[in-house]
Amino acid sequence: MDLYEYQGKDLFRRVGIPVSEGRLATTPEEARQAAEELGGPVVVKAQVLTGGRGKAGGVKLASDPADAEAKARDILGLDINGHVVRTLWIEQASDIEREYYLSVTFDRGAKKPLFMFTTQGGVEIEQVAEESPDALVRLHVDPLEGFQPWVARRLVYGGGVEDPSEQKQIAAIVGQLYRAFVEFDAMLCEINPLIVTPDGEVKALDSKFTVDDSGLFRHPDVAEWRDPTAADPIETFAREKHVTYVKLDGDVGVLANGAGLGMSTVDVVAHAGGRPANFCDLGGGGSAEGVVDALEVITRDEQVRSIFFNIFGGITRCDEVARGILAALDRLDMSKYPIVVRLDGTNAEEGRQILAEAGRENIHPEATMLDGARRAVELAGTA
Amino acid sequence: MAIILDNDTRLVVAGLTGSEGRFHGLRNRAYGTNLVAGVTPGKGGQDVEGVPIFDTVAEAVDGAGANTSLIFVPARFAVDAIYEAVDAGIDTVICITEHIPAHDMLRAYRYFRGQGTTMIGPNCPGVLSPGKANAGIIPAEIFSEGGVGLVSRSGTLTYQIGHELTQLGLGNSTIVGIGGDPVVGSSFVDVIEKFEADEQTELIVLVGEIGGDEEEKAAAYVAEHVTKPVLAYIAGFSAPPGKTMGHAGAIISGSSGTAQGKKEALEARGIEVGTTPTEVAQMVASRLK
Ligand SMILES: Nc1ncnc2c1ncn2[C@@H]1O[C@H](COP(=O)(O)OP(=O)(O)O)[C@@H](O)[C@H]1O
Ligand SMILES: [Mg+2]
Repeated sequence: MDLYEYQGKDLFRRVGIPVSEGRLATTPEEARQAAEELGGPVVVKAQVLTGGRGKAGGVKLASDPADAEAKARDILGLDINGHVVRTLWIEQASDIEREYYLSVTFDRGAKKPLFMFTTQGGVEIEQVAEESPDALVRLHVDPLEGFQPWVARRLVYGGGVEDPSEQKQIAAIVGQLYRAFVEFDAMLCEINPLIVTPDGEVKALDSKFTVDDSGLFRHPDVAEWRDPTAADPIETFAREKHVTYVKLDGDVGVLANGAGLGMSTVDVVAHAGGRPANFCDLGGGGSAEGVVDALEVITRDEQVRSIFFNIFGGITRCDEVARGILAALDRLDMSKYPIVVRLDGTNAEEGRQILAEAGRENIHPEATMLDGARRAVELAGTA
Repeated sequence: MAIILDNDTRLVVAGLTGSEGRFHGLRNRAYGTNLVAGVTPGKGGQDVEGVPIFDTVAEAVDGAGANTSLIFVPARFAVDAIYEAVDAGIDTVICITEHIPAHDMLRAYRYFRGQGTTMIGPNCPGVLSPGKANAGIIPAEIFSEGGVGLVSRSGTLTYQIGHELTQLGLGNSTIVGIGGDPVVGSSFVDVIEKFEADEQTELIVLVGEIGGDEEEKAAAYVAEHVTKPVLAYIAGFSAPPGKTMGHAGAIISGSSGTAQGKKEALEARGIEVGTTPTEVAQMVASRLK
């Protein structure tokens, strides 16, 4: 789960990382009021789950409350990489002497947390890595050893920070960031920029924070921060129904049991010349009720013209899936969708028989995954 | 011979008294697996269809000679069950449980690797050595005994490919589901190393998917260390970046972990990659005929 900047900064604050004071606003009037409360110049910042907001015009300096209101009006509703701005974070403007970069990520390849630090902050880290790799210090932490002060020293000295007060402040932030990373089950904690003010004060001006979904049960307050309006509406609906679903951009609805088979089915539909509308994993259980829910989700997508069920029964029983399909046909209006069904594995014969006996016109049985995909693609073209 | 599981396997199921553990544990026994014990704290002394239950894994090792642990306990307790099995001296730990926090696995990984335990999973379907033993949820009836070693990050996709192989008259030495999480106990490389050393295995099939770089590492390893033919399949060519595709580990981050990148890495090392599961099975058949 990705957090908004203001949410990440809330977690930063909890572990002691210095951040600026700020307020949330969803209207220009609220932005003006926030600026009044904060006093002095503020920065109006779009809260969207994507980077590069500054470049896209989503981060603007405002000299006074009236200006904050005007800037808020400009930014609200802006589309930044496909994310529409609905919320703003208004925070005290800082004077910036230097911009650094600090992050810790979950390096699954090395199976260790990875720190990255550079004094060339404020730009995308990929750019630094490419153009001046020597300026970027990378350091893995042993997860059993945990954070030790030497890690911070390696980063700070290695990065070429010379001022002793700066060294001390950054070293403290490195330790605090690691604490946030572990304590909140993070996959990524990034501060870009980590600034030094003209008075020599170091603070986090931005936050990028991703929390492991599997760890969310330990952080119910963070789990509640999920913004259902940020995701695709059909994906949000799927989440409510506990259906594993990812929207794609085609017209062949795809259902399979299991993530790997689901991805493979999407690929095979594309290979057959079609355009898959979605990825959908019925999961291990695959109860009739789950099938109805999944079909309800998939048919919310108005682009869908045909549906391909690709089931390989293991724990999932094909007779149960067949019953689910028939139940969905009774309960939802599915008459306009040709449904191609391929059943194999546990109780496949029973499943096929159940469908055959029901004698529904829009059900098209196919024996193999490849033939099923071809048929669904063909039917999407003619439907 | 097969790998990981064979006729010497003595299985203990953590969570045998729960509904999942009971269903699959007894299915594994019906297949012929030597299921010697179950572990459920507080239920020691009871039995499940004649299988003795112990309070701790250590007691199951002492009292029943268990050497392989199959874990079916809920995510919040699963890491504890992994450590318990490792510390009780179990040789092989297979964890089916999904949704274990990634940080917990990161620490556990560092620990059990240091102890020399073989760990499979989590978030995996288990391991099957046809004709010998089955530990987990793989439907054994689809597979037959033979010379193809199959290693995969996915369950049902493995069944699909196994089924296609069976239809072509080909069997398997061992099927290993290594799991769909970002951090799993055994990588492709770990399992391929075992297949290379296994007499029964004539050919290895690697079934990968988007996310991480384990397929790329496997490609490099195969080029350096493996004499047996290796074929591959990769799922997720149509997956958009930044989206978790069912498995916690199946996610393209930025431009890394794409199916295309993995395919190219494998092909660069001379490993053929099939376009569909069917094609992979046909490629195996033509190599082994
Ligand atoms: N509170 C602030 N005071 C002064 N400048 C700021 C403040 N917040 C952001 N900025 C400036 O705007 C730039 C972009 O903001 P940032 O939060 O990093 O968004 P993004 O990374 O999405 O572009 C920063 O590099 C910094 O120069
Ligand atoms: Mg930034």
